[in-house]
Amino acid sequence: MSTPAEALTESETSLKDRLLHRLMRLAQDRWRTLILMVPFGWLLLFFLAPFFIVLKISLAETVIASPPFTPMIDWVDEGIMHIRVVVDNFAYLWEDDLYVKTYLNSLKISSISTILCLLVGYPMAYAIVRANHTTKHVLLMLVILPFWTSFLLRVYAWMGLLADQGTINNLLIAIGIIDEPLRMLYTPFAVYVGIVYTYVPFMILPLYANMEKLDWTLLEAAADLGARPMVTFFTVTLPMTMPGIIAGSLLVFIPATGEYVIPDLLGGGNVLMIGRILYNEFNANIDWPVASAVAIALLLVLVLPMMLYQHIQAKQVEGE
Amino acid sequence: MNNAKRSYFLITTTCFGIAFLYVPMILLVFYSFNKSRIVPVWGGFSTKWYGVLFESEEVWEAVGLSLKVATVNATFAMLLGTLAGLALVRFGRFKGRTLFTGMITAPLVMPEVITGLSLLLLFITLKEFIGWPDSRGFTTITIAHITFSMAYVAVIIQSRLAGMAQDLEEAAMDLGAKPFRVLTDITLPLLAPGMLAGWLLAFTLSLDDLIIASFVTGPGAVTLPILIYSRIRLGLRPDINALATIIILAVAIGVLIAAWIMFRQQKQRELELKMSEEA
Repeated sequence: MSTPAEALTESETSLKDRLLHRLMRLAQDRWRTLILMVPFGWLLLFFLAPFFIVLKISLAETVIASPPFTPMIDWVDEGIMHIRVVVDNFAYLWEDDLYVKTYLNSLKISSISTILCLLVGYPMAYAIVRANHTTKHVLLMLVILPFWTSFLLRVYAWMGLLADQGTINNLLIAIGIIDEPLRMLYTPFAVYVGIVYTYVPFMILPLYANMEKLDWTLLEAAADLGARPMVTFFTVTLPMTMPGIIAGSLLVFIPATGEYVIPDLLGGGNVLMIGRILYNEFNANIDWPVASAVAIALLLVLVLPMMLYQHIQAKQVEGE
Repeated sequence: MNNAKRSYFLITTTCFGIAFLYVPMILLVFYSFNKSRIVPVWGGFSTKWYGVLFESEEVWEAVGLSLKVATVNATFAMLLGTLAGLALVRFGRFKGRTLFTGMITAPLVMPEVITGLSLLLLFITLKEFIGWPDSRGFTTITIAHITFSMAYVAVIIQSRLAGMAQDLEEAAMDLGAKPFRVLTDITLPLLAPGMLAGWLLAFTLSLDDLIIASFVTGPGAVTLPILIYSRIRLGLRPDINALATIIILAVAIGVLIAAWIMFRQQKQRELELKMSEEA
């Protein structure tokens, strides 16, 4: 169709184009590597490397831990020793009743709190999604606002509410419902209230994000076909909102398991949670190898939920 | 009938939910004006605890350190998080992608005690081997905060980029712009609102952090949360109520201003849309 001369120039320009394209790709790759290396390098150094150090110290011997650095170096020098030492710290955790009980107690508290958050958060997320435009935005803002205020001070607010001479007790005594103040602060009850209070927005927001995208006409369809509200809820609404439920539950469950501030301020000495043991083992007892072993054991418990969360998060971003 | 019953249930739970979130904070503010030293027992109106708060040099120093850490942290976290978000959405497959994604999302849910402990042990090991950081304080807290805040920024940038059409960037490329110019002239300006949101989030996350900061800090470097914590561990204190009131007020004003700006932008967009439809 084209004359030979035209064909020649065409192939020449396409060759030139290709070369230019190659060069640009190369330049682009250089930029890509650079853009990637900065955050990647940062995370490798300050996020991944520290875990290996924790792992290393958890395998070190407790006895030589009083000068804090020797265990690592000792361990490096006497590679053979570590197999015996591995068993030591973790066996100690396993054998000491306190640690096993604390782990189980943490899991119990975070599971129950997650369910409570779901019970409070689900109807709220549902109501926000079904509200009209303006109300929706106001409610969303009201849910997000506590995020921006101090977590510590919100926990502190409950100290004032739940104390023996606190607002709730004063109110109940004034009304005449009780004569003696109820013991609420420094009990497991206070810890549940504190966790639900601070984590419920983490439940509402993923639920809201999930419900916002749903096709609500399905509910009408179910109703038109004669399904009763309860049946519709369990066969249509609940399965549709499952991704939101899982994401929200993980966002509450994982950090709540390792919680330190709430059990410390609201639970006092009466509520054992693993985050508190870790903190105290490290700061009060200065037993670094055991603290590291506690951290590794906590991580092992949470690694599955964390991977699940990551999977959901990745799917959600791709979906957008 | 059934519908009415359901919406009645929803309205009630929502009101209770919002009250549950806000009554404790309102009481916190209310008791900051209590004359009595015993926080929950009303002894008359007074602003003396604000005076006590402002006179304390400790408080001012802690506020200064916290603001300094938060500002530097937010800036670095914004830059690193934006780069990470760009890499995750625009680079397709690359070596180590799974590891990279993992390291970006893990800090979002990692218990703070673990992050704090592991970073402290890293700083101690580094000091042992290369002599840096020679003392713990501002630098170590800031590095620790950047590490977890950049993950939040990356997630914001990621979702913004994923929702953004690539045609402007492609058009610029077709018109012969070099990749770097496309980045600086097209992609970054489009990302600016996301980056600003990321900066603000990183700033607040840093101001709010107690656990990680108390692990990686050294003697003499007391951030505001560390100071508050050391005071409230021993019980209720009216001056802390005064401090809480100031923080809540600052946040409320900030959020209201942000909401107002967004409202105006939306109005502007609606107006432009209307005009373009009429034209």
